Amino acid sequence: MNIVVSLVIVSGLFLLGLAGAVPGMGWVFGVAIPYLALALFAGGLIYRVLNWARIPVPFRIPTTCGQQKALPWIKSQSLENPHNALAAIGRMALEVLLFRSLLRNTKSQLIDGDRLAYASSPWLWIGAMAMHWSFLIILIRHVRLMTNPVPSCVRFLEQADGFFEVWLPVVYATSVIFLAALAYLLLRRLASPQLRYISLLADYFPLLLLLGIGISGFCLRHLVKTDVTAVKQLATGLAGLAPTAPADSISPWFYGHLFLVCVLLAYFPFSKLTHMAGVFLSPTRNLANSNRMVRHVNPWDYPVKVHPYEEYEDELRDKMKAAGLPVDKQ
Amino acid sequence: MPKPDEMAYYQQEDLLKIDHDPPKTGWMDTPTDLRPGSFIYPGKAKNLEILDLPNPRDWAVTDEDWKLPDDWKRIVLEGMAERLSKYRSFKLFMDICVRCGACADKCHFFIGGGDPKNMPVLRAELLRSIYRKDFTALGKVFGKLAGGRELTTDVIKEWFYYFYQCTECRRCSVFCPYGIDTAEITMIARELLGLLGLYINWAIEPVANCFRLGNHLAIPPHGMVDTLEFMVDDIEEATGIRVDLPINKKGAEVLFVTPSGDFVADPGIYTCMAQMLLFHELGIDYTFSTYASDGGNFGLFTSHEMIKRLNAKVYAEAKRLGVKWILGGECGHMWRVMHQYMDTMNGPPDFLEVPKSPVTGTVFDHAKSSKIIHIMEFLSDLIRHGKLKLEPSRNDHIRVTFHDSCNPARAMGILEEPRYVIKNVCNNFFEMPENTIREQTFCCGGGAGLGTDENMEMRLRGGFPRGNAVRYVQEKHGVNQLAAMCAIDRATLVTVCDYWAPGVKVTGISELVANAMVFKDESKRTLDLRMEPLTYKEQDQPVGEEGGAASDE
Repeated sequence: MNIVVSLVIVSGLFLLGLAGAVPGMGWVFGVAIPYLALALFAGGLIYRVLNWARIPVPFRIPTTCGQQKALPWIKSQSLENPHNALAAIGRMALEVLLFRSLLRNTKSQLIDGDRLAYASSPWLWIGAMAMHWSFLIILIRHVRLMTNPVPSCVRFLEQADGFFEVWLPVVYATSVIFLAALAYLLLRRLASPQLRYISLLADYFPLLLLLGIGISGFCLRHLVKTDVTAVKQLATGLAGLAPTAPADSISPWFYGHLFLVCVLLAYFPFSKLTHMAGVFLSPTRNLANSNRMVRHVNPWDYPVKVHPYEEYEDELRDKMKAAGLPVDKQ
Repeated sequence: MPKPDEMAYYQQEDLLKIDHDPPKTGWMDTPTDLRPGSFIYPGKAKNLEILDLPNPRDWAVTDEDWKLPDDWKRIVLEGMAERLSKYRSFKLFMDICVRCGACADKCHFFIGGGDPKNMPVLRAELLRSIYRKDFTALGKVFGKLAGGRELTTDVIKEWFYYFYQCTECRRCSVFCPYGIDTAEITMIARELLGLLGLYINWAIEPVANCFRLGNHLAIPPHGMVDTLEFMVDDIEEATGIRVDLPINKKGAEVLFVTPSGDFVADPGIYTCMAQMLLFHELGIDYTFSTYASDGGNFGLFTSHEMIKRLNAKVYAEAKRLGVKWILGGECGHMWRVMHQYMDTMNGPPDFLEVPKSPVTGTVFDHAKSSKIIHIMEFLSDLIRHGKLKLEPSRNDHIRVTFHDSCNPARAMGILEEPRYVIKNVCNNFFEMPENTIREQTFCCGGGAGLGTDENMEMRLRGGFPRGNAVRYVQEKHGVNQLAAMCAIDRATLVTVCDYWAPGVKVTGISELVANAMVFKDESKRTLDLRMEPLTYKEQDQPVGEEGGAASDE
């Protein structure tokens, strides 16, 4: 159900985007909406991050995944259990760049009816790494459209990405990896009964949206040719904050592709996709396990009702004395 | 006929018919099955009154009407709003979950039970769905389509059921790519339930006891003296040594705080006796306290405020007695509190000194702010410096494995110290499979206030992954004892082992140390602290010469 609704929405959005090719609509779909989407993305994301950042972290609660640093002769695992800020930064780098925690993934299985077995289950990690990293490289590749001359690092990346020199124009490895990884992540969600059970519209929609972007982009490069010079003119204009009227020679497919990207940008800050920014603020990962060494202060700490020793002794003094225990007041 | 609160009620073949596939109906439309054996009795009015908690009344989980306050909905939503603005963790964990499912089969209750609402992701969604509906724009507009749902009394009942089926063990948070910690979500959810007067008696009665008498088990000061004096007698019978019994001793160097379970329950008492022997042998100037007679803190299973209310006594007593530093015993959730909360909540303890071993002179700098160290840190330091005279062969009748307790493993990372100690006092040590130890350790199934008999089905199910790993080393290596440095483990793993790996006994680590120690004044030892035979190869040899050799491996 959720996937069908998502599919309908994404298809509808793509069709809507095609309208950009209607004469006179180029300004709307080629200039106004991209700027609006970008503003929503940047503004929304900043708002979300500031919103999280202003909420206090009352307690220091890292999840420790390795040996602590305590006795000097026991080797600590500072990247799994950081004892200071530098080590915590290292741990975060591993999380953000290599998805360290996801790499730990195991699958538990009941075998022979009464035995539990655990096996490493790296597929989710592989799928996630493939999707995120290829997405990043594809994004950087797109800088080519917005710059003149194209920075050499972007050109180098393109060459590396097209290393296999298959087809013409060359098929980039990341295009294939990106689409394959997305397909895997989607199929995985559909194939596992547990995952299907927990999946919301908000889980299928971004996957299908990214697939829509990927497929339309792939088609634009390889199947439905468009006037690349005109697209570049539009893109450099947008990037230079001096937009020009889009030429009529730009294919509707381009507008469909661009519109889906705009939807992604606008949707991003208001969805689970904010995990990109949120992961940096996660208190179980970004704090050092230095609790007993350095005191953590709770900014909203308040006095609570306790049972002081005096009251305790007042209630129990006779019995304490009878048991030979020392008391403060006779 | 056995009842649902007895182990014998459950046949292994029935429990092992685990269906991990979710039901046909969506989770929002699947009603909660409140069957006996799987939920815990409500907090009694008298306990709520002792603690000034709202809506004290007597009620039953199976009642249709839970006698909630009239404006319960407003109370819950305001409580959520308040916590969303006070805990970045809560807000973030509500916002960023992508439902990747990596956590699903990491929860012992899901592995052993198959109820989809015991997948950590879905447990969080129970709360997240309300958050979406009432606190996010998309949820307000699109409702169910955006994953939101209406807050109803059925939702409250579902929360009560499932947030008291989480042991706050944090295993899922190890695997979550964003570190989403279900323990944190469960703690907040329990606070929200508490605002309506919904507690479990097995947690709130210990809390009430602890508030008034300093320990969960309601041991009064004179009762504690009696109990410990019995132990002194037992120690003498087993070893010939009469140990001192310092209680509430002003001016002692060290305040020893340990879980009260070790004062009364087998096998915890042997751990306590072992520690008394150790301190006596080493001449440590320490004291027990009757006012701070429990390091354990069921406040952790109740609310953040309750942690602070109960834990205040520890530093207060350290100050009153004028000790220099605090030594903490073998306890799991106690160490979550001592390590991650105490200094922030009840500190700074600037009247104390940085812990320093009176025997080795080691200064424990890693505790220079909170001034408390773990007994395994203390013991490993002693062994490292050769200060304990050990004869590990005395434990040769024991083939031991080590269960990492959830909180020391995942909220501290004290992994090697206990292993170092065990390896120095036992010749036969075997690790359980790697996916079941260290940071990936499995809960006993009875932590966070769930270790009561009326919850027997869930305890056995939740204990299955741990029990299964124990059975593995039992069959492979002939393991007959499980060491654990947690009082709840020493209570609940006895049941888990009896059920899933019969024949394996549970022990504290200190107990193993005391078995292997060669004391200055000991009589020829043939019995361990349980009054069971020790392995004693050459009984006629003077023990002093026999020991020592194996002490520094």
